[in-house]
Amino acid sequence: MKIAVCIKQVVTREWQLRVNDQKTWIRDQDAGFELNEPDAYALEEALRLKEKHGGEVVVCCAGPARATQVIREALARGADRAVHVESDALATADANTVAAALAEAIRPEQVDLVLTGLQSDDQGFGQVGVILAETLGMPHATIIMEVQAESGALRVKRELEGGWFQWVGLPMPALLTIQSGINQLRYATLKGIMAAKKKEIRKAAAPASAETGQRVASLYFPEKGKKTQIVPGSAAEAAKELVRRLREEARAL
Amino acid sequence: MILVVAEQRDGTLNRASLETIAAAQSTGDAIAIAVLGSGLDAVAQQLAKAAAGGVIAVDDPALKDYTADGFVMALEQLLAAETPDRVFLPHTYQTRDFAPALAARVKRPLVTDCIAIKDGAYVRPMFQGKLQADIAVQGPHIATFQIGAYRADAMKAGSAPTRTASIAIDASKIRQKPEAPFKEAKQAVDLSQAERIVAVGRGIKGQEHLALAQQLAAAMGAELAASRPICDAGWLPMDRQIGSSGQTVAPKLYVALGISGAIQHLVGMKGSRTIVAVNKDPEAPIFEIADFGIVGDLFDVVPAMIEALK
Repeated sequence: MKIAVCIKQVVTREWQLRVNDQKTWIRDQDAGFELNEPDAYALEEALRLKEKHGGEVVVCCAGPARATQVIREALARGADRAVHVESDALATADANTVAAALAEAIRPEQVDLVLTGLQSDDQGFGQVGVILAETLGMPHATIIMEVQAESGALRVKRELEGGWFQWVGLPMPALLTIQSGINQLRYATLKGIMAAKKKEIRKAAAPASAETGQRVASLYFPEKGKKTQIVPGSAAEAAKELVRRLREEARAL
Repeated sequence: MILVVAEQRDGTLNRASLETIAAAQSTGDAIAIAVLGSGLDAVAQQLAKAAAGGVIAVDDPALKDYTADGFVMALEQLLAAETPDRVFLPHTYQTRDFAPALAARVKRPLVTDCIAIKDGAYVRPMFQGKLQADIAVQGPHIATFQIGAYRADAMKAGSAPTRTASIAIDASKIRQKPEAPFKEAKQAVDLSQAERIVAVGRGIKGQEHLALAQQLAAAMGAELAASRPICDAGWLPMDRQIGSSGQTVAPKLYVALGISGAIQHLVGMKGSRTIVAVNKDPEAPIFEIADFGIVGDLFDVVPAMIEALK
């Protein structure tokens, strides 16, 4: 089974966000970056399917040059090779643009299965995977918690809301967006990191950018809706005062 | 005209649909409401109680069980027939499954997870809710609205005429074969009955530190719970998860330790009577809904709280 896994590089969760002067994106020049966590689960699922059924795992990434960092990491975890659609504009692009770039990368690979994370930790539109399926003409299913593959067909467990689930059958090739927590992630071994250095990263050109009809007009910190009482002081003082307020004011203890 | 696509399953309306109708009504534009499925009379009658220009039942046996292919096929035809400028949907798991494919099919921009409409732009969270963006959109488009962003009881009542749409679904073109929805084995812990809850998030850093949170829970007479990443990592069982994919709770006291407050978590606990947040990051979204907050390292604050409770 040949599997393409789409990954994205995003700023680390720990990084203190700041907005740029134009208020259209974050000031990420000095930010740390990491693999989008939902994509890590998609990669892990692809590696497990390969271990079970054989085949190849090809990592596909649409992003600027710095995204090589997460591509190398995916290769170190066990992906066989990678395709990098490289363009600075992809760092802040919307879902249509990213899906178009990934479609160019994936189409010539003739894969049986495409896996993506559920959504990105930065924009969080949750659209790229499903648009990509439509663009590639593949059937899709989203928010997947288990994948069974048998003779050219898939049976996947979709998460519904409120603790409900549903099995769905699909012919291959197909695209699945993977829910976080579907598996336990592996980390790169030293051997994997060494092996990754020799693995191929094919560069692909980004398609000409098209007007997609939406843009970030303004990016800002949300206004605080509720009046939060921040309890000041050292940890010991604040804790003592908090417990007092919970007992005497909120009567919650 | 705004077309609201309501959601139902087996004749039961998803209440988030009413919130989306309220969002559409708030614009002052003409609206129509569509609902897809099979055997829709009762649901259509229920929707007809909203102030709207009409309720359109897209009724076909092939739409009885939801499939992405079936819904995209039906809505592509409906949009061609009704030509709405805007299509609004609740941001449910079902919408997330098909709306991007529909948007790509009909070549309209899609703005997901909106919480408000401001001067024609859509307001939505970005960067895990730490930031908010106004998204400007050109031309006919599709938008989805976060659950709870608008109030169902704010929906204006009226009496809308109902009709059926003539849509042809070729069932042989539906590639997804759904089986019956089911629930996993009964949950061992019913957190909805807990008077107090101490919940941990990524800030707890490692499974070995859960004992600290457990000590605080014991000192408060609280149940221990967690945000999704903690259960994903296997540090606590899934039935201790609070949020959109876990349990919804409204205890007397909710203490969030090292939880940043992604919307998926907030929807599961924002009804709590008193919310306490302990977080290193003063900009963490959890502080937007907390009554009391301590900005600090939970590894300093929690032992001090345990001490103060003695």
